[in-house]
Amino acid sequence: MTRPMLEARGLTLHFGAIPALVDVTIDVAEGEVVAIVGESGSGKTTLLRVLSGLMPPDAGTVRWLGEDVHAMGEAARRRLLRTDWGFVHQNPRDGLRLNVSAGGNVGERLMAIGARHYGNIRGEALSWLAKVEIDATRIDDLPRTFSGGMQQRLQIARTLVTHPKLVFMDEPTGGLDVSVQARLLDLIRSLSRELGLSVLIVTHDIAAARLLADRILVMRRGRVVEQGLTDRVLDDPQHPYTQLLVSSVLAA
Amino acid sequence: MSALLRTEGVAKAFTLHLQGGTRIPVLGGVDLVVSPGECVALWGPSGAGKSTLMRCLYGNYGAGAGRILLRHRGEEIDLVTADPRTVIEARRETIGYVSQFLRVIPRVATRDIVAEPMIARGMVKAEALARATALLSRLNLPDRLHGLPPATFSGGEQQRVNLARGFAPGYPVLLLDEPTASLDAGNRAVVVEMIREAKAAGTAVVGIFHDAEVREAVADRLFDVIPHQDAA
Amino acid sequence: MSPPDDRSAEGGGDLNRPGQTKGPVMEGYNFAYLDEATKRMLRRTILKAVAIPGHQIPFGAREMPLPYGWGTGGIQVTAAILGPSDTLKVIDQGADDTTNAVSIRRFFTRVAGVATTERTAEATIIQTRHRIPEQALREDQVIVYQVPQPEPLSRLEPRRAETKRLHSLADYGLMHVRLYEDIARYGHIAKAYDYPVMVNGRYLMAPSPIPAFDNPKMDRMPALQLFGAGREKRIYAVPPYTEVRSLDFEDHPFRPIRAPHACALCGSRESYLDEVITDDRGGRLFVCSDTDYCSGRVALREAAE
Repeated sequence: MTRPMLEARGLTLHFGAIPALVDVTIDVAEGEVVAIVGESGSGKTTLLRVLSGLMPPDAGTVRWLGEDVHAMGEAARRRLLRTDWGFVHQNPRDGLRLNVSAGGNVGERLMAIGARHYGNIRGEALSWLAKVEIDATRIDDLPRTFSGGMQQRLQIARTLVTHPKLVFMDEPTGGLDVSVQARLLDLIRSLSRELGLSVLIVTHDIAAARLLADRILVMRRGRVVEQGLTDRVLDDPQHPYTQLLVSSVLAA
Repeated sequence: MSALLRTEGVAKAFTLHLQGGTRIPVLGGVDLVVSPGECVALWGPSGAGKSTLMRCLYGNYGAGAGRILLRHRGEEIDLVTADPRTVIEARRETIGYVSQFLRVIPRVATRDIVAEPMIARGMVKAEALARATALLSRLNLPDRLHGLPPATFSGGEQQRVNLARGFAPGYPVLLLDEPTASLDAGNRAVVVEMIREAKAAGTAVVGIFHDAEVREAVADRLFDVIPHQDAA
Repeated sequence: MSPPDDRSAEGGGDLNRPGQTKGPVMEGYNFAYLDEATKRMLRRTILKAVAIPGHQIPFGAREMPLPYGWGTGGIQVTAAILGPSDTLKVIDQGADDTTNAVSIRRFFTRVAGVATTERTAEATIIQTRHRIPEQALREDQVIVYQVPQPEPLSRLEPRRAETKRLHSLADYGLMHVRLYEDIARYGHIAKAYDYPVMVNGRYLMAPSPIPAFDNPKMDRMPALQLFGAGREKRIYAVPPYTEVRSLDFEDHPFRPIRAPHACALCGSRESYLDEVITDDRGGRLFVCSDTDYCSGRVALREAAE
C-alpha cells in the first residue's frame, strides 16, 4: 500500500461561533480519487481551501509529502500550487484568464515554471486542447466566447498541463447541463487514470462521486460523519445523514 | 488445499434510520469455505439474503459481525475490516464480481469497459483490447457494438458485456450474481463453458444461479442461505 | 539676478550656441529647488534602489512646479544627485530642443546654476524622456529616466498588492503570457516601446517608454541608470555593468526594430529614426531622433568637405 501524499490531521476551524470544520482527518494516496460529499454549507469547500493551503485552520495540520503546508512560506506554497498541485474551480472564471486566449491560458503554467520556447508551448497547448476535446482552431480565441462546458474543460487543460500530482476540484460540474456534465466527468475520469493523478473532488453530486471516486467522505456541519469505500458508503450507508443523502438521489 | 475465500460467523443487518431506526437482520452465522477450482452455488428462497451475502463477499456491503477472509497476495485479508485501499487492491487483483446489472459509464465504448480491469492490472492496452474483443465475440455480441457505449443495449447485451468484463482478467475468486438471467440458450451454454474453464484454471467461484440447468452444470455443491429467524 | 559663481566665466551665456551654456541663477531657492531634507530622503531611496537592481522603491514625491507627466519624477532624482560642478543634458524623445527638454534645462539653470549642454559626451547627468542617446555612455555619467508607469505588470494585474507579491516571488509567467498572445495574434512580439526587461536575472522592470530599439543599450551600461516616477511615487535603478535582458522566447528572440531608412540629414543607418511629415501630399522624411548625434555627424561631414 502506498503512503499517503496528502495527510491532514485534526483540522478544526470556526467562523465566529459557527464550526466550519470539526476535527477532520483525511488523507490522499498516490493515484487515488477521493470525493467529499455533503449538502451546501457542510464545510466541503472550506476543507478544500484549508487542505490546499489557501486558508489556515485553527488547529490541526496538513502535510504534503511530509511537509507542513501551513508552515511553509508563501513562495513555497505558491510553487506547490503551480507544480505538484492543481486547482479546478467551480466557476471557470475563477480559474481562467478571460482576456487571454485559450492557448495562452494553457501555456501560462508552463511559462510560470520557466518554459521559454513559443513553439513548444503552443504544441503543448494544442495537444492539451485535443485531450479535453476542444477544437484546435479555437486556440487563439478568448475563453469568453466558449460555452460553460468548454470553459471548464479549458480550465482542466490549463491545470493538468504541468502534470500535477494532486488536483483539487471544487464542484467541477456545478452549473453545467447534464449532458455536458457527463462528458466532463468522463474526461476527468479517463485523464486521472491515464496520468495516475490523485484527485480530491468536492461535489454534492452523488452519481459523480460514484463514477469517479475510490473513496468517499460524507460531511455534515463541518464533521466527517461517514467515510470509506465509495460503493460501500453509497450502497450500504450507516449514518442517518448518509442514508438521507443517498435516498434523496433521483434514479435516472 | 487452502481456501481462497472463507467466512466465519458473518452477520448482516440493516438499520433504516429514515424509518425510525428499524433494524432488519438478514444474515447470521454464515460460515462458507470456497477452495480453488470449486464452484459453490448459494441456495435458498427469494429474500433469504443470497445477494446480500454476495455483496458482503465483495466488500460492497459491510458485514456487521464475523470475518470474510480472502487470500490476497499470499495472505488472508479480512474484507470486513480492511482499509478501503486494500479492498480496492484486492478487487483489482484477486476478486471479481459480475452483478445482474451493468453500471454504465457515460461515453465509454463497450470494448474499453471490458478492457479496463485488465489494463488496471498492468496488461498492455492493445493486448487487453484484443482479449476484450475475443471475449465479446465469444459471447456473441456483434462486432459493430464493440465500439459503442452500452447504455442503449438490451438487458441481455448488457449482461454479456458485464460477463466479459468479469471473466476477462482471470481473477482467482469470482462472484456471479445470476449471470445467465437474461440470456438465451446459446449464450447460457457459452457462460457454462466459461465457468468450467475458470474452474479448471483454479478459480474459486461463488454463484447465485436461478436456472437449474446452469446450476447443475457448474456447481460442485450448494450452500444453504437460511432466512433469518427474526425476518421470517 | 544672482552673482555668477566661480565657474561662470568659463561657461558663457549664449543659449543659442551648442555646447556648454550657463544662465542666471534665481535667488531665494535652495540649490536645485528641493530642500536638503527632501534631497536626503531621495538619496536614501536611490541608494536602496541601486542596492536592489530593478526593484521599485516607494518615496515621498514632492509637488514640483510642473504638472505630473512632465517629468516630475525625473526632476526630483536629478535634483537629488545634482552638484554645482555637474553638466546637465536634458532630452525629450531624443531631442534637446523640444518643450519639455528646454523647460527642464532652464529650470535647473535657474535653481541650481549648473552648466547645461546638448552634447552627450560633455554631460555628467542626462535626464531623458523616452530615449537613450545613440552615443555610448561612460562610467562618469548618470542617466535619469522620466517614468510614467513604473509597474511593468500594471496592465495585466491591476492590484498593486498582487503585483508586489508577484515581484517578491519572481512570478513572471504572466508577462510571458502577454508576449505569447502577441506572437499568437500578430506573429511577432508587438510591443515597440516600454518593452519589459529582467534586471540582474531577478526583477522584471519597465524601462520607461523608450523604444525597444534602445533596450540593448541598457545591458551592462557603464553609466548608472536611475528611474523616477513622480505620480506613482517610485524610484528604481540599474547599477553600472548590470545585466538587462529583454524578455523573449527562444524561438522568437528579441529584436530591436528601427525604420528601414537612412537619416535624411546625416545619412545614418544605425540610429533610431523619427518620421517627419513634410507636406500634405504624403511627403515624409526619416531623421535621427537623437539631435545631438545627428548634428555631430553633419558637422563632421561638412568639415570633411
